Amino acid sequence: MSYVYSIGEYFLMIKGVFGRMTKRSVLKELIFKEINELIMGSLGIVAFISFFIGGVVAIQTALNLNNPLIPKSLIAFAARQSIILEFAPTFISIIMAGKVGSFITSSIGSMRVTEQIDALEVMGINSLNYLIFPKIIAMLTYPFVIAIAMFLGIMGAYAAAVLGGFVGGDVFLGGLQDSFEGFHLVYAFIKTFIFAMILATIPAYHGYYMKGGALEVGHASTTAFVWTSVVIIITNYIITQLLLS
Amino acid sequence: MIEIKNLHKGFDGEEILKGIDFVFETGQTNLIIGQSGSGKSVLLKCMLGLFKPEEGTIEYDGKAYSTFTDEEQRDLRKEVGMLFQGGALFDSMTVEENVMFPLRMFTKQRKRELKSRVSEVLERVNLDGSENKYPSEISGGMQKRVAIARAVVNKPKYLFCDEPNSGLDPTTATVIDNLIQEITRENNMTTVIITHDMNSVLEIGENIAFLKDGVLAWKGDKEQIFKTDDKTVTDFVYSSNLFKKVRDAQLSGH
Repeated sequence: MSYVYSIGEYFLMIKGVFGRMTKRSVLKELIFKEINELIMGSLGIVAFISFFIGGVVAIQTALNLNNPLIPKSLIAFAARQSIILEFAPTFISIIMAGKVGSFITSSIGSMRVTEQIDALEVMGINSLNYLIFPKIIAMLTYPFVIAIAMFLGIMGAYAAAVLGGFVGGDVFLGGLQDSFEGFHLVYAFIKTFIFAMILATIPAYHGYYMKGGALEVGHASTTAFVWTSVVIIITNYIITQLLLS
Repeated sequence: MIEIKNLHKGFDGEEILKGIDFVFETGQTNLIIGQSGSGKSVLLKCMLGLFKPEEGTIEYDGKAYSTFTDEEQRDLRKEVGMLFQGGALFDSMTVEENVMFPLRMFTKQRKRELKSRVSEVLERVNLDGSENKYPSEISGGMQKRVAIARAVVNKPKYLFCDEPNSGLDPTTATVIDNLIQEITRENNMTTVIITHDMNSVLEIGENIAFLKDGVLAWKGDKEQIFKTDDKTVTDFVYSSNLFKKVRDAQLSGH
C-alpha cells in the first residue's frame, strides 16, 4: 500500500514541479549551475569507464573468436552493438544513478533537514519548481554524455583490438560500419532521454519527501540509488520490447 | 496587527489548539511561550499558512487569511519574514547571496541597488565585511544575524521567529533578542517570537501569550509575568533555577 502511496506522491510531485514557475532570470542561473554539477561534473568518470569498458568488450570478443570461419571484423561489430545498444545508455545510467542520483537526494534531503525548503515555502516560492525543474532541464543535456560514452567506448575498443594485435585497423573500421542500422541510435537516445528524466526525478523525490535527520539523508540516498536503478532496468526492458522486438 | 479568534487545530483526532484568542500588536515583540507540546509551533504554522485551522480565523490587519485568494496569499507571503530555529540559510550561497535572495525573487531591482540594500541590512546587523563568507564559515550567532537580515531585507510587515536563541550562548542570545526588538520598532513590524527562554521574556517580552495544553493560559507583558500569582505561569517561569533563586532571595529580603 505504501508503494501505491509513494507512486501517487511521486506523480503529484511532478505536477508540482511544473506548477508556479520561479523567476526566469533566477531559473536560468540555476539551470547552468545544475548542468555544471550534474553533467560536466560527470564527464570525467563517464569518459574513463567508457574507454576501458569498450576495450574490455573488444578483448573479450576477440578471445572468444576461436573459429577461423568467423571474420575478425566481428570484434568491432560486437563492440559497436553492445556499446550503442546497452553499455552506453543503460550501464552508464546505472553509474549515474549512483553519482548524480545520490548527489540530488543528499543535496535536497539536507535542505529538508535544515529547514531550507520550509524557508522557500514561507517566502512563497514553489520549492518543487525551484529545486527540481532546473535539474530536469539540465538532464536534457544527458544524451550528450551518452554520445561521448558511445564514442569513447568505441575508441577504447579500437585501441584494445588494434593496438592489442587482435585485428588490423582497416578490418576493425570495416566491422564497425558493417550492417549499421541508424534506428539503433534512435532507440539508444530515446531510452537515454527517458533515463535522464528518471535520474532527475526519482532521487529528487526521495530527497524532497525524506523525514528525519542526517542519518536519514544517507538512507534516502541509498534508497534513491536502488529505486532509480530498478526503474531504469525495468524501463529498459519495456522500451527494448516495444522498439526492437 | 495579527488577530487570532477561536483558533482550533488538531491532528489524527487529537486537538492541539483549543480555541486560542490573541492579538499580536504592531511595533511590538509578541512572544508565545509555553512548554514543549503546548501548541506553540502549531500556532505559528497556522499563522504562516502552513497548517489550515479547523475552526477560527487569523486576521492580518483586519482581513481573514481564509478569505484570501491564492494570489493574495502569495502577496502576503512576500510581506512575511521568517527566522527559523536553525537559521535555514542556503548553504550553497554566500552571506550576501542569502540576504539578496528574497530581493532577487520578488523585486526587479538592478544588481547595484540589490547590493546597496544588502550592505545596508548587513551593516544594521553588524555583519559588514562578511558578504563573501559561506554559512559554514561563520559562527552560530552570525548565522542567526544573517537569517535576521534575510528575513527583514524585503521590509516585511510581519516577522516570525522560531526560538531565535536556541543553541546560542547567553551574551549572543541577548544581542539577538535586542536586535529583533530594535528592528521591530524601526520598521514598525508585527513580530511574533516563539520561545521558552525566560531571559528573552525578561528582555523583550512586550506582549506575551502563555500557552498550556493548547489553551491560552495567560497573557500580559514582562513586568506582569514576574508578578502574577497564577500558578500555571509561576510553575513555568520558576522552573528555571536562576529565576527561582532570584525570587527566593527577593522574598527573603536579600
